[in-house]
Amino acid sequence: MDAADLKNRFADMKPPRTRVGVLGWIRTNLFGGWLSSILTLLILFVLYKTAVPFLKWALIDGLWTATGAQCKESPGACWSIIVRNIRFIIFGFFPLDQHWRPLAAMLLLFGLLFVSQYRRFWNRRLAWAWGAGLVVMGVLLKGGILGLPAVETEKWSGLPLTLLLSVFGLTAAYPLGVLLALGRQSNMPFIRILSVLYIELIRGVPLISLLFMSSVMFPLFLPEGVVINKILRAQMAIILFTAAYIAEVVRGGLQAMPRGQYEAAEALGLNYYLTMRLVILPQALKIVIPPTVSILISAFKDTSLVVIIALYDVLKTTQARLADPEWMGFSSEAYIFLAVLYFLGCFSMSHFSRRLERDLTHEH
Amino acid sequence: MDQTGDTAPIIRIQGLHKWFGDFHVLQGIDLDVTKGERIVICGPSGSGKSTLIRCINRLEDHQKGSIVVDGIELTTDIKNIEAVRAEVGMVFQHFNLFPHLTILENLALGPIWVRKTPKKEAEEAAMYFLEKVHIAEQAYKYPGQLSGGQQQRVAIARSLCMKPKVMLFDEPTSALDPEMVKEVLEVMIQLAQEGITMLVVTHEMGFAKSVAHRVLFMDFGQVVEQNTPVDFFDHPRHERTKLFLSQILH
Repeated sequence: MDAADLKNRFADMKPPRTRVGVLGWIRTNLFGGWLSSILTLLILFVLYKTAVPFLKWALIDGLWTATGAQCKESPGACWSIIVRNIRFIIFGFFPLDQHWRPLAAMLLLFGLLFVSQYRRFWNRRLAWAWGAGLVVMGVLLKGGILGLPAVETEKWSGLPLTLLLSVFGLTAAYPLGVLLALGRQSNMPFIRILSVLYIELIRGVPLISLLFMSSVMFPLFLPEGVVINKILRAQMAIILFTAAYIAEVVRGGLQAMPRGQYEAAEALGLNYYLTMRLVILPQALKIVIPPTVSILISAFKDTSLVVIIALYDVLKTTQARLADPEWMGFSSEAYIFLAVLYFLGCFSMSHFSRRLERDLTHEH
Repeated sequence: MDQTGDTAPIIRIQGLHKWFGDFHVLQGIDLDVTKGERIVICGPSGSGKSTLIRCINRLEDHQKGSIVVDGIELTTDIKNIEAVRAEVGMVFQHFNLFPHLTILENLALGPIWVRKTPKKEAEEAAMYFLEKVHIAEQAYKYPGQLSGGQQQRVAIARSLCMKPKVMLFDEPTSALDPEMVKEVLEVMIQLAQEGITMLVVTHEMGFAKSVAHRVLFMDFGQVVEQNTPVDFFDHPRHERTKLFLSQILH
């Protein structure tokens, strides 16, 4: 037998078929044995007892446009608490006749985020688009120029506030976290100790206490007459807090890098900055995408804690409607709506991270 | 740069001592390497041979003695360390290619960022060296898609792209499958014929015989014996050398 024969000897053989049609799949996976069959039936029964009544409540009996009084007569879900109050829930105290401005700002933000999820658009033009987009969003929200009436930041609330806190919180926390991780590995003792102190101190306190400090204690240290915007202070607290966690995750990625990668980069004559930027960080940050995204997702949800310093994010504007006598008692509907809203945000992040991981994988 | 003329050694090591903690890994090494010279360093594991060549581009620091590479003193001119490294190519046992970059990007990285070569020019040079190591068709693949022998040839090409004055090889074939050793050695022999200065840590005695000007035998952090390949293999003077040779030459 020559080499070609050897190579093609089993060329016609296909992998064995493990499943035959839908019925075959059901049979092997759901009714594979008596234990499996009992479990399948049990789960079907539980589903029947829970999912069916829920769907009946939510969809079949659900009311979408009724008033609060009509809702109270009905056994179904009262989605009209959301539908009828949607403008307040989304835009909070933003002047009613100016709602188009935060709406336009959010659409612009979603547009930019949508385009940014594709790596092929990551270029200088996208960076400029973000820069310009941020200015436009700021102008839309703040007003005061171009004939737009000025809107005080105290009136910024609802979904735009949640998005502002999370998008800027996360995008600022990430590079800060990377710098802290590098600082923690630095050869310079001062920088190393500073980074370790920062990370350990910030991780050692709950976000709530940081938010309180930013809103109550921090102004006490400022000279008289200097007022830093409340939203900005909350934003700082979120950034500082999230960065400490990201730093530790990134440190894990840095430690996973083989010594040989540093040596090969150094042997080419690359300095520290270039070694990190071109060789180490692209690999280390890729390794830690899954835990980083976990942190970002949890930070996104944690922005809702700003309610404790009386900022009205979308969670708080929704809750505020529950205090209205007309809509009292429909908290299930309100919280389901919030859950869906937050889920969409978190799921998009998770989806994006999986796409990014796939795009960055080159082995085989 | 080279003020003393062509006869001056490109590398001069004098009284070199290095410790890893309490372990005295290099014990008084003296070595002059002239331009175009090809030196093979062999010896048992732990003898300090890898550490020695890693000191030459300061992947390891040393505690006593001096190393001068191309007129730059490594003991004091630490600020010039990147300049030295750019002139000294290094090929590692485990290739150490950058897995997130294509082969072409691996090669062009140093020229673009260290030598400030324009991208197009750097890539053309990269293709030239890839052809030289017979692997141009893999330029747009990633290192993970190549065999060990191909990866090591890419690593050699990556070093050559920097147009180094000296090439260091740290056991370049010992992590390879036996079938791939030959293709890497062939590239190294081809380099040797072009007259580049080479320091090679290896146990490939056939390679030493055919290309080396000088073979160094190290043990216990010292150079036990050095000689031309013919005399080294045929008339080893030292008992320790004879024992070593009898163990590796079957």
